[in-house]
Amino acid sequence: MEVVVGMKKEKMEFDETELRLGIGSTKASEEVVRKRGFSETENHDDDDDENTTMDLMLNLSSKEASGEVDPNDKIKNLQKEKTLLPDPAKPPTKTQVVGWPPVRSYRKNMLAMQKSSTNFGDESEKNNAISFVKVSMDGAPYLRKVDLKMYKSYSQLSDSLGKMFSSFTIGNCESQGMKDFMNESKLMDLLNNSDYVPTYEDKDGDWMLVGDVPWEMFVESCKRLRIMKGKEAIGIAPRAMEKCKNRR
Amino acid sequence: MDHSFPQKVLEHLFSFIDSNKDRNAISLVSKSWYEIERRSRKKIFIGNCYAVSPTTVIKRFPELRSITLKGKPHFADFNLVPDGWGGYVYTWIEAMAVSVPLLEEIRLKRMVVTDESLELIAKSFKNFKVLVFISCDGFSTDGLEAIASNCRNLKELNLQESEVEDLSGDWLCYFPDSYTSLVSLNISCLNNEVNLSALEALLGRCPNLQTLCLNHAVPLDKLPSLLSQCPQLVELGTGVYSTEEMHPDVLSSLITAFSGCKQLKSLSGFWNVLPSYLPALYPICSRLTSLNLSYAIIQSSDIVKLIGQCPNLLRLWVLDYIEDVGLEAVAASCKDLQELRVFPSDPSCLELNNALTERGLVSVSKGCPKLQSVLYFCRQMSNAALSAIAQIRPNLTRFRLCILEPHTPDYLTLQPLDSGFGAIVEHCKDLQRLSLSGLLTDRVFEYIGTHAKKLEMLSVAFAGDSDLGLHYVLSGCENLRKLEIRDCPFGDEALLANAAKLETMRSLWMSSCSVSYGACKLLGQKMPKLNVEVIDESGPPDSRPDSCPVEKLYIYRSIAGPRLDMPGFVWTMGDDSSRKLELDVAGVEAQFRNL
Repeated sequence: MEVVVGMKKEKMEFDETELRLGIGSTKASEEVVRKRGFSETENHDDDDDENTTMDLMLNLSSKEASGEVDPNDKIKNLQKEKTLLPDPAKPPTKTQVVGWPPVRSYRKNMLAMQKSSTNFGDESEKNNAISFVKVSMDGAPYLRKVDLKMYKSYSQLSDSLGKMFSSFTIGNCESQGMKDFMNESKLMDLLNNSDYVPTYEDKDGDWMLVGDVPWEMFVESCKRLRIMKGKEAIGIAPRAMEKCKNRR
Repeated sequence: MDHSFPQKVLEHLFSFIDSNKDRNAISLVSKSWYEIERRSRKKIFIGNCYAVSPTTVIKRFPELRSITLKGKPHFADFNLVPDGWGGYVYTWIEAMAVSVPLLEEIRLKRMVVTDESLELIAKSFKNFKVLVFISCDGFSTDGLEAIASNCRNLKELNLQESEVEDLSGDWLCYFPDSYTSLVSLNISCLNNEVNLSALEALLGRCPNLQTLCLNHAVPLDKLPSLLSQCPQLVELGTGVYSTEEMHPDVLSSLITAFSGCKQLKSLSGFWNVLPSYLPALYPICSRLTSLNLSYAIIQSSDIVKLIGQCPNLLRLWVLDYIEDVGLEAVAASCKDLQELRVFPSDPSCLELNNALTERGLVSVSKGCPKLQSVLYFCRQMSNAALSAIAQIRPNLTRFRLCILEPHTPDYLTLQPLDSGFGAIVEHCKDLQRLSLSGLLTDRVFEYIGTHAKKLEMLSVAFAGDSDLGLHYVLSGCENLRKLEIRDCPFGDEALLANAAKLETMRSLWMSSCSVSYGACKLLGQKMPKLNVEVIDESGPPDSRPDSCPVEKLYIYRSIAGPRLDMPGFVWTMGDDSSRKLELDVAGVEAQFRNL
């Protein structure tokens, strides 16, 4: 590859510390990266519900891939796939890339808070308000945070939560069980299992079961999430039902 | 030569030397200079809390009085570092509580602080004076109660942009009546109302108060009475800057209050601005050197009216509502301006905004001869504009440009912005910090590697074509300390070829690039003075082929070895197992030999 030759000329003084992986590794990594797609652009198409984290990424890229590609164009295609930018002729869509543009959450939240309270700007600006909620899982040593506006459905949220907490729960199992994390059903068991129940605290301060109300309503009213052990969630179900009845 | 200079003379000489850079240089001259210097150093700056252990620092600098620590990588500000990553300050506090009882100052950035840490600080350091937490999190107002109750000599409490669990506004009441030493208070990040009467009383009894930054929960009609307690203020952050309806009474009391603050030079806050209250500031505008309107949702015309009266402004932070026309006014009025930051009012909207373009930045560059530091968010840019800025403002030291949509080319020529940024690095020879954006090829990195010899920090996103880009930077930028990269097609080659360079830098961050797990392992094994940390939330990288790219990579030099507080999604490469096993075996063998 021309790139490698060019670089060799320039890196002569680093011969001592030059480290190599071996022939063919570059190509392999390119291949895999293509397949991997752009994991941080959470472009939530209607992927299969059963996807594990790895499957999700593979499926995503196979949809985006434009058939056979000349190896020389691999990198350019890689860039295109990664950005998932629309055709300039189409109106700009709001691609939600994590951490881009580089504006601190503190700043985003402050602006969003003002906009929603003063009704400054149109409805679409209100909808852009960031919706970070804390997520805790009983037994997990640390909290996570998710931006609910990044998702369009409960299944997307639960995929993401599964991914987030899988590293902890897998650590809990025997280390040999690492291969199991590739098993999609084990991951979904995590959340569908009667052992763990996702619940949330709503604007009124009540704890509800996740999934009871339409998605948009959930996003508006959810203040924080807690993935509880099943036994503790027993008291929640009936109340949730009542609340829904009262709302409708 | 050392023997002819008595130790006391050297100590006396060194006492005049404050800057850490100079003191670091002194410590390298000779062993005796190293010893004398280390015994007299009072202020320590640690740019990466994992680069060195608390014990090492305390041992070397027994007279430590002031410590600054930075924790999480910069991209944590943009949610690229998952929660639980690390940056816990507790072990530092614990160590210092035992060995440095005379500690006076703690300054932290992007670290996790707990209420336990705060309680430990409060009870361990009798002469504690300064507590600054920038972008920190993990603590609540309960911890603040401990500080308020116990730190009799506290001068500064600054919680800038930290995430505090706000349980109660009463923590302020815990400052005893006898407490009068407050100089600086920044509580702008708190969400709930603080006890206002306690605050007012506090302000009234602290005659040395210079900085007061309130939070948005402090109503505007309370501001005049608060200000009347501390007319000597130099820096003020207002609370909310509006009332339900405009009240002329509030306006006139504001005017009186502001006019009474003869030393006031710096303003910030301005949440929910009602423009009719802005004229209250007119009496003090001419004294202002720093104005932060970056949370103020107000129209360009209102901003211009204000800024037109601030000829002495050195620093201006503002939202893109200012528009090009507003920036032209800045260029005309603020001839001493040194720093400009223009933030996006609606970051997720990708529609072109014709009101704030590259023209605004060019105007300010042309009109403000002292401009050194720029942070600019916009939606379009051209190579011509960048070249113009570079040539007319070669004194720029910080240039951060963020074109909101990734891969945006020069809007006039549709070319990459390589030559524009190339002009920046070529002309601005003292450039220390640079952030790139827009459509960029490997060429821009060639320019950077060739010209940006003083560059210390570089931020790159969605740029470059190949490893050559990364190689240019790592091999060319002699003074590079921090490099952070996201979403670029950089892989193993450049990283491995420039492995030695990484030991001369504080840290390297790469996320959503093409660095393989195998390369990370190799780097970790071969470079013992580096911590090579792989962050991957999709599961253990061991369960995938070595050629698989890692999600995120954070490499930093360290003399403390791999850290022990990593969460389940972070792995240190090249550590433990084999090497540790070797040492254990050697130890056992040695024991056998002694039998």
